[in-house]
Amino acid sequence: MKPLAHSTVFIANRGEIANRVIQTARRLGMRTAVLHGAMDADLPYVTNADIAVPTTVVPPVAPYLDISGLVKTAIECGADAVHPGYGFLSENAEFAQAVIEAGLIWVGPSPDVIAAMGNKLHAREVAARLSVPVNGATEPASTSENALRQADELGYPVLVKAANGGGGIGMAMARSEDSLIRAYSRVQETAQRNFASPDVFIERYLDSARHVEVQIFGLPNGRVVALGERDCSVQRRNQKIAEESPAPFLTDEVRSGLVQAAVNLGESISYANAGTVEFLVDMRAGTFVFLEMNTRIQVEHPVTELVTGLDLVELQFRVSFGHDVDIADLNIEPSGHAIEARIYAEDSERFMPRPGKITRWTEPAGSGVRVDSGFTSGNEVTPFFDPLLAKLSVHGATREAALERLGEALADFVVEGPETNLPFLRRLVASPHFSSGRYDTGIVRDLQSEALSGKETA
Amino acid sequence: MTQMINAEMSASVWRVLVTPGTEVEADEPILILESMKMEIPVMSDGGRVVEIAVSQGEIVQSGQHLVTVDPS
Repeated sequence: MKPLAHSTVFIANRGEIANRVIQTARRLGMRTAVLHGAMDADLPYVTNADIAVPTTVVPPVAPYLDISGLVKTAIECGADAVHPGYGFLSENAEFAQAVIEAGLIWVGPSPDVIAAMGNKLHAREVAARLSVPVNGATEPASTSENALRQADELGYPVLVKAANGGGGIGMAMARSEDSLIRAYSRVQETAQRNFASPDVFIERYLDSARHVEVQIFGLPNGRVVALGERDCSVQRRNQKIAEESPAPFLTDEVRSGLVQAAVNLGESISYANAGTVEFLVDMRAGTFVFLEMNTRIQVEHPVTELVTGLDLVELQFRVSFGHDVDIADLNIEPSGHAIEARIYAEDSERFMPRPGKITRWTEPAGSGVRVDSGFTSGNEVTPFFDPLLAKLSVHGATREAALERLGEALADFVVEGPETNLPFLRRLVASPHFSSGRYDTGIVRDLQSEALSGKETA
Repeated sequence: MTQMINAEMSASVWRVLVTPGTEVEADEPILILESMKMEIPVMSDGGRVVEIAVSQGEIVQSGQHLVTVDPS
């Protein structure tokens, strides 16, 4: 066991998640170190860190993907541990291994577990072995003939996905044999370029499903606890925009099925640390299929923290540093309702990127309102990284109370300079689609086409 | 009428797909911008590409001139 106080953590990330990790590390008496490009020098995560290491490497994303460079920087900062955040190398087993081999603590699950779950096909195999339903093949479609045969068995429409993909990149939908052949070669090419492996697989495309995930936390003694679920069905381009917990209208039967499947999956691979198991739920049939597992802290983790009162980043640190975490502290009945909305630098109609200099930034505040932000007034939002500016999360005794609080907080959130999706988020929260709680992954498409036809008739 | 295409947002030029003189179809990508981890194909109404004012890897600002196309 290593004491947390006076240790130094190097955060191999930037923006809001680096800032989020700094908050907890500081409360635990730890020192924090980060890496930043010249244009990011004034960002809150840089000014809040104890040690900020500048880099001039281009493209600006490169230093966050450079395993040996990151390990070297961590050592030069005198770091005892490395927290990877999400994205970048957070689910890269080689990076985790390199950190450990350098004698540092990796704040995450073991490299073996990351490697096992990082390949989506392998993860599906593990799930299928545990009798968790999966949605299609557990083998790659090695040729286009193979893909056609698998799609024929599953029935169209199907999704073609990169085995090592993620974040909505490396997938395409096909409704016919012709479009499948095109989708197959396109995804194969994207997979090779982005994920260094051309392996793709076929799954059945579910049109009106809900995306529900279970937050798990694994202890070193092999026990895995579920910390409730999150509904993440509000998506654009397969990327999440808003998340909530509990998932509205989820029956107790489906909820306990999801929790059991997630815990079984975690325990079968001796998962230790924070992780998320994602499912697609067919609300009408009351059935679900396993999608994938994320072996890191999730963007939307504040939703779970608000309903459980836990600090997931603190738990990550405690387990990684070898401290005892009592399972009784994790067996918490979630209370109330939490919703998170992601503020992106993008327009509210087509969701196109909108970099620019922030001239005014005013965050909402108040009881039950939490803001995790990566930016503030005067900062430059560059085109080099993803468009997430901040996460606004609210908590209320009921879903209605949380919705009302979210509507007010969104009205109070002011960002001037780059265009943001705040107008879209306000429209989303005020819409009957969202407020009824009876939505699925088609909600953004439906809202946008209504807005468009409303404009045409106006 | 000659079509001048400008950048919709600040971005880097990820790929230039054609050279000046090339005839392109409407909605055929001429170059691909990358901004905030998103690939944004730049297209025209179709015609002959007369000028490509940027090169691969270059950072462009919102409103900056990218391509000129003469309708055929």
